[in-house]
Amino acid sequence: MGLRVLAVDDSKTMRDMVGFTLRNAGHDVLEAGDGQDALEKLGDDCVDLIITDVNMPRMDGIQLIKELRANVTHKTTPILVLTTESDSSKKNEGRAAGATGWIVKPFSPEKLLQVVAKVCP
Amino acid sequence: MASIDKGLMTGFNSTHHLSSNGQGSDLQTIKEEQLQYITFTIGREEYGVDIMVVREIKAWSETTHLPNTPEFMRGVLNLRGLIVPIFDLRCRFSMGLTEATKMHVVIIVQVGKRLVGILVDTVSDIISVGKSAIQEIPRMDRNIDDEYLSGLVTIEERMVALLDVELLFNEKAIETGVAFGETAVALK
Amino acid sequence: MPQDFDLDQFKTTYFEECQELLDSAEEHLGELQSNFADVDVEVLHAIFRCVHSIKGGAGAFNFTELVNFSHVFETLLDRLRDGHISLNQDMTETLLQATDVLSNLVQCAKDQKAVDLNDWQDIIKKLEAFTNAQDEVSNETLLDIETIEQPKEVYNKTAEEEEEQGWGLFIDDVNEEPLSTIEDVICDETRPCYKILFVPEIHLLRFANEPLLLVRELKSLGDCIVQVGTDRMPSLKEMKSDEAYLSWTFILHTDRSLQDIEEVFEFVVDDCELAITQIIDDAEVHPEKNIKKKKTAKKEKTAKKEKTSKAVKIQDTTKDDVASITAEPKPTTPDQVTHSKKPDKENTDQAASAGTLTKVSSIRVDLDRVDKLVNMVGELVITQAMLKQQSEDLANDAGHIMAQGFEDLSGYTRELQESVMAIRMQPVKSVFARMPRLVRELSSKLNKKIDLITAGEMTEVDKTVIEQLMDPLTHMIRNSVDHGIETEEERFQSGKPERAQIHLNAEHRSGRIQIEIIDDGKGIDRERVLQKAIEKGIIPEKHDLLDEEIDNLIFAPGFSTADIVTDVSGRGVGMDVVKRNILNLGGRISVFSKPGHGTRFLMSLPLTLAVLDGMIIQCGVEKYIIPLTSVMETINPIKEELNTMVNGSVVVSVRGEYIRLVHLHRLFNVKGAVDNPSNGLVVITETERYGLVGILVDELLGQQQVVIKSLEENYDPISGISAATILGNGKVGLILDVDGLAEMEHGGDRNRLGNLKQQVLMTGEQAHGIDR
Repeated sequence: MGLRVLAVDDSKTMRDMVGFTLRNAGHDVLEAGDGQDALEKLGDDCVDLIITDVNMPRMDGIQLIKELRANVTHKTTPILVLTTESDSSKKNEGRAAGATGWIVKPFSPEKLLQVVAKVCP
Repeated sequence: MASIDKGLMTGFNSTHHLSSNGQGSDLQTIKEEQLQYITFTIGREEYGVDIMVVREIKAWSETTHLPNTPEFMRGVLNLRGLIVPIFDLRCRFSMGLTEATKMHVVIIVQVGKRLVGILVDTVSDIISVGKSAIQEIPRMDRNIDDEYLSGLVTIEERMVALLDVELLFNEKAIETGVAFGETAVALK
Repeated sequence: MPQDFDLDQFKTTYFEECQELLDSAEEHLGELQSNFADVDVEVLHAIFRCVHSIKGGAGAFNFTELVNFSHVFETLLDRLRDGHISLNQDMTETLLQATDVLSNLVQCAKDQKAVDLNDWQDIIKKLEAFTNAQDEVSNETLLDIETIEQPKEVYNKTAEEEEEQGWGLFIDDVNEEPLSTIEDVICDETRPCYKILFVPEIHLLRFANEPLLLVRELKSLGDCIVQVGTDRMPSLKEMKSDEAYLSWTFILHTDRSLQDIEEVFEFVVDDCELAITQIIDDAEVHPEKNIKKKKTAKKEKTAKKEKTSKAVKIQDTTKDDVASITAEPKPTTPDQVTHSKKPDKENTDQAASAGTLTKVSSIRVDLDRVDKLVNMVGELVITQAMLKQQSEDLANDAGHIMAQGFEDLSGYTRELQESVMAIRMQPVKSVFARMPRLVRELSSKLNKKIDLITAGEMTEVDKTVIEQLMDPLTHMIRNSVDHGIETEEERFQSGKPERAQIHLNAEHRSGRIQIEIIDDGKGIDRERVLQKAIEKGIIPEKHDLLDEEIDNLIFAPGFSTADIVTDVSGRGVGMDVVKRNILNLGGRISVFSKPGHGTRFLMSLPLTLAVLDGMIIQCGVEKYIIPLTSVMETINPIKEELNTMVNGSVVVSVRGEYIRLVHLHRLFNVKGAVDNPSNGLVVITETERYGLVGILVDELLGQQQVVIKSLEENYDPISGISAATILGNGKVGLILDVDGLAEMEHGGDRNRLGNLKQQVLMTGEQAHGIDR
């Protein structure tokens, strides 16, 4: 039942909260601080779900999604992008890049799990 | 150094169950809250201390004396890197200074956030008593200050005085131990 | 099911992170300040991210004011980084001020203090003004930026508002009665009935939106009957595994709202055809009507060429037979002005190159773990020293052979210890970084123009020392700003430059860290200092103090020359407290002043508080440790050099100077100690309040580095003892507090030392609780 999830965000607080919520629900969480870090950590492994922030140093969320979709290993992995409501263009950019869905910050832990269940079998 | 282990005490039955009417009826024993104490001796007196506060029992070893502290303050010990003060209980109860040897025992207890050691003669047993078996302290001619006892209990016709470490080592008491040290030199 | 998610546990991390982000933002803004003509856009991105992250976390914890302010701040930064507006001096100033406000708000959130954003209206207005300024790229006035009141509501509604139509559904119950056509469905249930037509775009699967999941979700809303459309299926040869060909029509009986149904499809609404209609009268099912394409104008169309040609308009509400209830598309926001946004690739390249500057691999470790490590290594050093000693005592072949091994071991252990100690070393930067802001705030309050120039901020010192540095440094800088630096007027009068300077320097020197604070103010007013000192009885009227000694009077207890307790410094918390704190750390502090020119504070501190070099001495049956940093010299006095004073104290003459003796064994009641100084040794140590004192000991036993352990953890402070340590033999060793001893010795002046013994006995009795 536990999924392997990759959580990407340059804010440690965010990573902690997302990680805690998901781990509590029985999932395995891998963390990365930016897009570059995420790709390095993933390597050739695949995960069941990727949750990523948009604004990050080195490689931002949009670029990360593009890179992931270009890789056959991650082509069909659900990707959720974290956006802020004032940044709706990013949401569309995320979708254009290939994101499966989005979650608006700030979100409750319940909401996070709800959306995860939505996009992951 | 020995940690609490029920099998540790040889020569005694491990637990004694008591109920309020002393008849050991099962029904009552089950319903009633059982409290466990570690009993120890000082001279011919027997005392007990709540097992929940005991952290460790070890043999006596030479302490480092702290200057200007009361006589019953034997000094500090190195407990795996932690500095723990050791109090001579016999001395504390005004029964004289203990001539400590390797045969004597130090019981390390937790009082609030602190660890404190008490020097006693021997540790006897672990007893289990029903709450109702604990009697109030009668006004007797004893050498102990009643304020530190939480009650008395009778085990096989022996009387065990139950010590409350919180009262014995309340912040004030420890502080006083030191304040005296300070008074000794403040001299203003 | 609802778990108890306590977000409070993340607050510590959040506030720590905020601090780092604020520091980082300030640093970047500093860079901008010195170079705003040629701004590196990566720096702007970095600052944006700082504020953005703070806002993000604040939202999670409902720190409303913090969220609102960061939002305004972030908006300006966003426009800056996008190139809509460019930086200028004023803006940079405002950005710096905004960072200060942000810092305040974070602190208030941390302290759970109420906050009123009206207090910072002027900064907020400035930020908004800059944001709304003419767009330099396209000459259009910009979209209205949300004002400070709006975000409050928006934040509450957002998540829900984001719900758009979605899709879903599926047949999963094989036992259901198959129906010939969807039109045959009779909605005789009491629940509302919806017809949902879902035609995904062929590429839908590339978003990893799994239709099966949507179906299940739809099914969870009620009872569902499905018909699958296969008209788009190509031949097997042409079929691609990542293309969606199927389409579905559902009849859903549910009590749930339309919104709930739409929510199922929220992520895919832009990539499908979706029609949800409520079937009111079963005879009026028109499957083909109201096919809509859901689209928002927000979307950037670069990838989806085929869409741009299609109609964007929705909904024909004139059909009265069928009550079509479909969600209104979200009000489209005006398209973003197309500006020359750098293509993503370029951004990444730039990011990569800028990134190499700052990324140094690091991990976060709990300080407790590091402390444990330091302790363990300390024990290791002690144990190996002990073993070495024992092996040396084996004066035989085996001993000799082992000796070499122990030499090596000793070397490795020392290296290990140094490496471990190095883990806790941190640059003073973290403390220095707070100072510019402090100076800014103070100087603006007092209407003085002051520049703070720092140097040596990468000088490293133990983390424990850094924490203790904050207060003294803050105090000294306040002192400089308040008392040292003159008003603009005064400076003008004396021909000094308008902008005053305060230098803050740090460097390593002889195994310690030396910190200087130099200002070019008016220096110490010696007359006033003398006056005050005489008034307070600190010095006699007839004195012969040197200038330097007068200056150092400011460190005397209770000393404060401020006639008015200013808000900035004063309040009676004077330099004496600063000095006391420094001394407690094992440091030293002094001041040098040149009237009219300025003041220089010089502070030296040990590099670490965890370990100290100690001199082990024997006193009767006890051993004690004297911190080597306090030891000046050791002498073996002869009778002629010793004198007894009227009050009973004994002094020893050393090169013409008389030094008071401290009879350790008497103060500590140690038996068997040497009582006659000429039979023992006198360790001359430096104290604060009593100058040099000589501690009488039996003999010196050696020198070693000891790991400092707290006595206060399980006991209480003891006069004359500063801390404890574990000696090589496993026993506890006590580290002397020389200042405390000097005080004890002096205290003995008022009463004959004989009383000391009596008092101890008394306390012994009292301690037995015989309070009768």
